[in-house]
Amino acid sequence: MAKQHVKMTVNGKEVEALADPRTLLIHFLREDLKITGPHIGCETSHCGACTVDIDGKSVKSCTMFVGQAHGADITTVEGLVNADGSLGVIQEMFREHHGLQCGYCTPGMITRAHRLLQENPTPTEEDIRFGMAGNLCRCTGYQNIVKAVAHAADALNAQKEAAE
Amino acid sequence: MIPAGFEYHRPADVASALAILTTHGDEARVIAGGHSLIPMMKLRMAEMGHLVDLQDITELKGISVDGDTITIGAMTTQHELITSDALAEAAPIIREAALVIADPQVRYMGTIGGNVANGDPGNDMPGLMQCLDATYILVGPDGMRPVAAREFYEAAYFTAREDEEILTQISIPRPAPGTGYAYEKQKRKIGDYATAASGVMLTVAGGTCTSASIAMTNLADTPIWAEAAGAALVGSDLGEDAITAAIAAAKDAIDPVADNRGPVEFKMHVAGVILRRAIDRAIARAG
Ligand SMILES: Cc1cc2nc3c(=O)[nH]c(=O)nc-3n(C[C@H](O)[C@H](O)[C@H](O)COP(=O)(O)OP(=O)(O)OC[C@H]3O[C@@H](n4cnc5c(N)ncnc54)[C@H](O)[C@@H]3O)c2cc1C
Ligand code: FES
Ligand code: FES
Repeated sequence: MAKQHVKMTVNGKEVEALADPRTLLIHFLREDLKITGPHIGCETSHCGACTVDIDGKSVKSCTMFVGQAHGADITTVEGLVNADGSLGVIQEMFREHHGLQCGYCTPGMITRAHRLLQENPTPTEEDIRFGMAGNLCRCTGYQNIVKAVAHAADALNAQKEAAE
Repeated sequence: MIPAGFEYHRPADVASALAILTTHGDEARVIAGGHSLIPMMKLRMAEMGHLVDLQDITELKGISVDGDTITIGAMTTQHELITSDALAEAAPIIREAALVIADPQVRYMGTIGGNVANGDPGNDMPGLMQCLDATYILVGPDGMRPVAAREFYEAAYFTAREDEEILTQISIPRPAPGTGYAYEKQKRKIGDYATAASGVMLTVAGGTCTSASIAMTNLADTPIWAEAAGAALVGSDLGEDAITAAIAAAKDAIDPVADNRGPVEFKMHVAGVILRRAIDRAIARAG
């Protein structure tokens, strides 16, 4: 098969490449771009470890071909740090509230939480559990993940208020 | 989990997409959200030389409520169905059903067109569309034709759609004001297909049921519109006798098979429980 020309923005940078059309976006990110934040947990569209933000949607990047992302604006967990490279608010709250143990699911969790809090800045615990239901964690039992997301919501709202 | 190779196309309009399908025949396949197709391609249960991505075709997108008709473009995502206030007002059962499909990530990508065209008995939208008496608009090289959702499904993965036809829109008669509704689904976990699911719409006037439509999901190799189950409610006071008769009629119409969601007896039992809950909730909501 002929290679396909693809171009997209990843974490604010334009990237361009030739790729085999059957390449899954997760493989393109990890192997071609060496962006290894998004993880492969299942490769069967179930675990959410590969979640990235694409044009304002949380997407399992193992369930998208690279060509489908042509022209898209993509953010991975690497793109959610502060301008000075320090941990972003959601990342910091996962650290502070022990929202991870082995950390394998964390990039997907954080990327998903980012979109959830953009859409619903004041979620209830139930909203968080429902909104994070596409991300599986084998370690934490979810309690601290939910806590971290709730604290991230508060912190982001306080930050917004301070800026106003 | 690497799919077989293919050539990728991204046409800008329906005519160009049809041209690619016509040129390559059954070697070509459209992709919408890809959340049924890509898993099948990874398993090599689907292989095609040409993949036709519909994402740039704006004429396939959008929801409109116009008088008595709701029109939904095939490329409208489940997330968009959930977040549309106009749709929630006109036919709230669609939001209720979309919310029990898969998980948030899948719902951002999965489209209503892909869900109903797929032909997987596990999909939730086909039964819902039968319950609502929706019509699918198919466009092919020979023009456009409407097919009723109740006549679309032939067997698992076999539908009335021809290979070179694209589903462009779904047209739904707007339910009358005061219609009671419920989409009830039993699943093992979030992100699972139904063990049993049921859509119910009914109207009540002066204590008597004046219309009822009942559909069952993942309980046969196609969705089942249980006409006799609805008929068992119409004209009744929606009391215990009528509900029992409706459940018996629905059980007659379904034909579940044993799989990892349970043996046939269990599924029959769950189907009855789910349908009863759906009827109860629909009655409570009818006004
Ligand atoms: C983890 C997981 C859980 C899921 N759980 C559920 C669930 O509980 N309930 C449920 O209903 N679904 C579920 N799904 C499936 C999901 O809803 C799919 O997105 C949906 O079935 C297909 O929509 P799509 O847009 O992704 O279609 P695609 O995967 O892109 O296409 C599916 C099929 O339809 C054809 N097609 C698509 N669009 C058109 C069109 N416009 N015209 C003609 N043919 C077309 C394609 O060629 C393909 O054969 C789940 C999926 C995953 C990955
Ligand atoms: S690796 Fe994509 S969902 Fe698990
Ligand atoms: S922290 Fe180990 S999988 Fe979630």
